[in-house]
Amino acid sequence: MTQAEGRAAAGLCVSDGDVGIDDTDIARLRHVRPRHYGRILAVLLIVLFAGFLIKSFAEGQIDWPEVGNYLTWPTILMGVVNTVWLSIASMAIGIALGVACAIARNSPNPVVRSAAIFYAWFFRGTPVILQLLIWFNLALVFPRLGIAGVWDVRTVTVITPAVAALLGFGLNEGAYVSEIVRAGLLSVDRGQYEAARSIGMREMKALRRIILPQAMRVVVPPLGNEFIGLIKMTSLASIVGFNDVLRSAQDVYYTNTKVIELLIVAAIWYLIVVSVLSFGQGFIERRFGRGFSGSGRR
Amino acid sequence: MTAPIVAARKVGKLFGEMAALVDVTLDVMPKEVVCIIGPSGSGKTTFLRCINQLERINSGALWVNGELNGFRRQGDLLHPLGEAEIARQRRVTGMVFQRFNLFPHMTALENIIEGPVHVLRRPPDEAREEARALLARVGLADKQSSFPAELSGGQQQRVAIARSLAMRPKLMLFDEPTSALDPELVGEVLAVMRDLASSGMTMIVVTHELEFARDVGDRIVFMDKGRVVETGPAAQLMASPRAARTQEFLRRVLTRG
Ligand SMILES: Nc1ncnc2c1ncn2[C@@H]1O[C@H](COP(=O)(O)OP(=O)(O)OP(=O)(O)O)[C@@H](O)[C@H]1O
Ligand SMILES: [Mg+2]
Repeated sequence: MTQAEGRAAAGLCVSDGDVGIDDTDIARLRHVRPRHYGRILAVLLIVLFAGFLIKSFAEGQIDWPEVGNYLTWPTILMGVVNTVWLSIASMAIGIALGVACAIARNSPNPVVRSAAIFYAWFFRGTPVILQLLIWFNLALVFPRLGIAGVWDVRTVTVITPAVAALLGFGLNEGAYVSEIVRAGLLSVDRGQYEAARSIGMREMKALRRIILPQAMRVVVPPLGNEFIGLIKMTSLASIVGFNDVLRSAQDVYYTNTKVIELLIVAAIWYLIVVSVLSFGQGFIERRFGRGFSGSGRR
Repeated sequence: MTAPIVAARKVGKLFGEMAALVDVTLDVMPKEVVCIIGPSGSGKTTFLRCINQLERINSGALWVNGELNGFRRQGDLLHPLGEAEIARQRRVTGMVFQRFNLFPHMTALENIIEGPVHVLRRPPDEAREEARALLARVGLADKQSSFPAELSGGQQQRVAIARSLAMRPKLMLFDEPTSALDPELVGEVLAVMRDLASSGMTMIVVTHELEFARDVGDRIVFMDKGRVVETGPAAQLMASPRAARTQEFLRRVLTRG
């Protein structure tokens, strides 16, 4: 091996010998574009596959004009509205419960701490579909709700499909959110609690003003993930008779047999809802990233 | 005779089996600047944290501003104070930490007004005006809208001092306020502390800056293994320490520096 070959092999210098150290300025020399054969192959395969997909959908037995029609069909729109509000309301319940539960996990009171642990254990340990069914069938255990004699109502009138779904998803979500928030609280430096105390803050205020806002930075991305999961999970609510998008789409195709068309309509709506909410997440992330380098100010 | 701001009486603090403080007895008078020195692990930080009730003591008693820390005594009965009462007692003291502990999600100005506005419930405008004056006092008038991450260590520590001062404490505790700083930034923080001392603030300063302790401290307390070994007027303790352990510590530190 010659000396030049040796140097080239070591990746040190690939010049022709007469080019020196002092007259090389990478900004002034012409750059040769490297060839990425792997990339070219990948692009080729992807384009081929996409073409195949488009071709098969175009040629397949899909009535595309009908997809367009049903996208804004009143029954479908009602389903979209139901899915959206159920998702948002369940998430709100979940966040409220989750934050409370995460804080309870750090409580000095062992009973409070154990209750929080039990809650998370129970609701994470059973399938959400089972929980939905339990809530919906609550009347079998408690025929009447309230305080006997003073004020009570028949359980079946209170536990509508919407209420059962809200309880089921909200409580289930709370259990997952509590773990996410707990991780967020752990990520905040102990010195922050002490600094808050040293300016005379009480625990709850320190949590609200100092600790939670910092925990949010870590909590929002996995929370967004949870929310997206929840939006799609709400389709399970049809088991207790709740009319979400998917159920509405099914209702329509039972009568007109345009099965795939309506499933595509539902898919499009899910994608739209999830995209809009992901956009919102970026906004919230910037809000809580305040003061941490790299993310936007104010 | 004036009453001491801090009166420690035979204070004992255990971490499990380990005695971090043993029979610590010390008075700090108003306007006094007391510097605590001593080897690593001697309990200096623990003592400050007990004064500010970030730790509970196991024996003895700590009186701050004439109140018994953490309890209400009724005859021979001790009633532990609730969380709100302890928070109120803490407001008498300001604490400056080794690692600054500024709130990273707030600007310098917001850090300073946080306590006055959200704890003392002072009007925000008034608090802001005062915060600007405090920032000017620590030489950072132009940094009010900077976030901690955008400030140097020395600047962050000065904001932290201003944040404590905004609560109008009667006593300031400093736990090695310059030991996390690059050498060239130490001076600016010490200058702020000198200014504070000369304005009559009562201060307890844990420090390795012996020169500062000698020049600014009225009194130096030497601690070792959880005990107060020796205490005396700053110049005297530095020049002619009595205890053998103090002599050895000073010799070691001075020859190193
Ligand atoms: N939270 C804690 N749990 C258990 N032990 C602790 C705790 N905090 C401090 N200690 C122990 O108590 C002793 C005194 O610690 P302290 O931090 O007060 O020392 P220090 O004098 O401030 O030392 P340094 O100069 O290194 O800061 C040490 O032995 C330390 O290991
Ligand atoms: Mg220490």
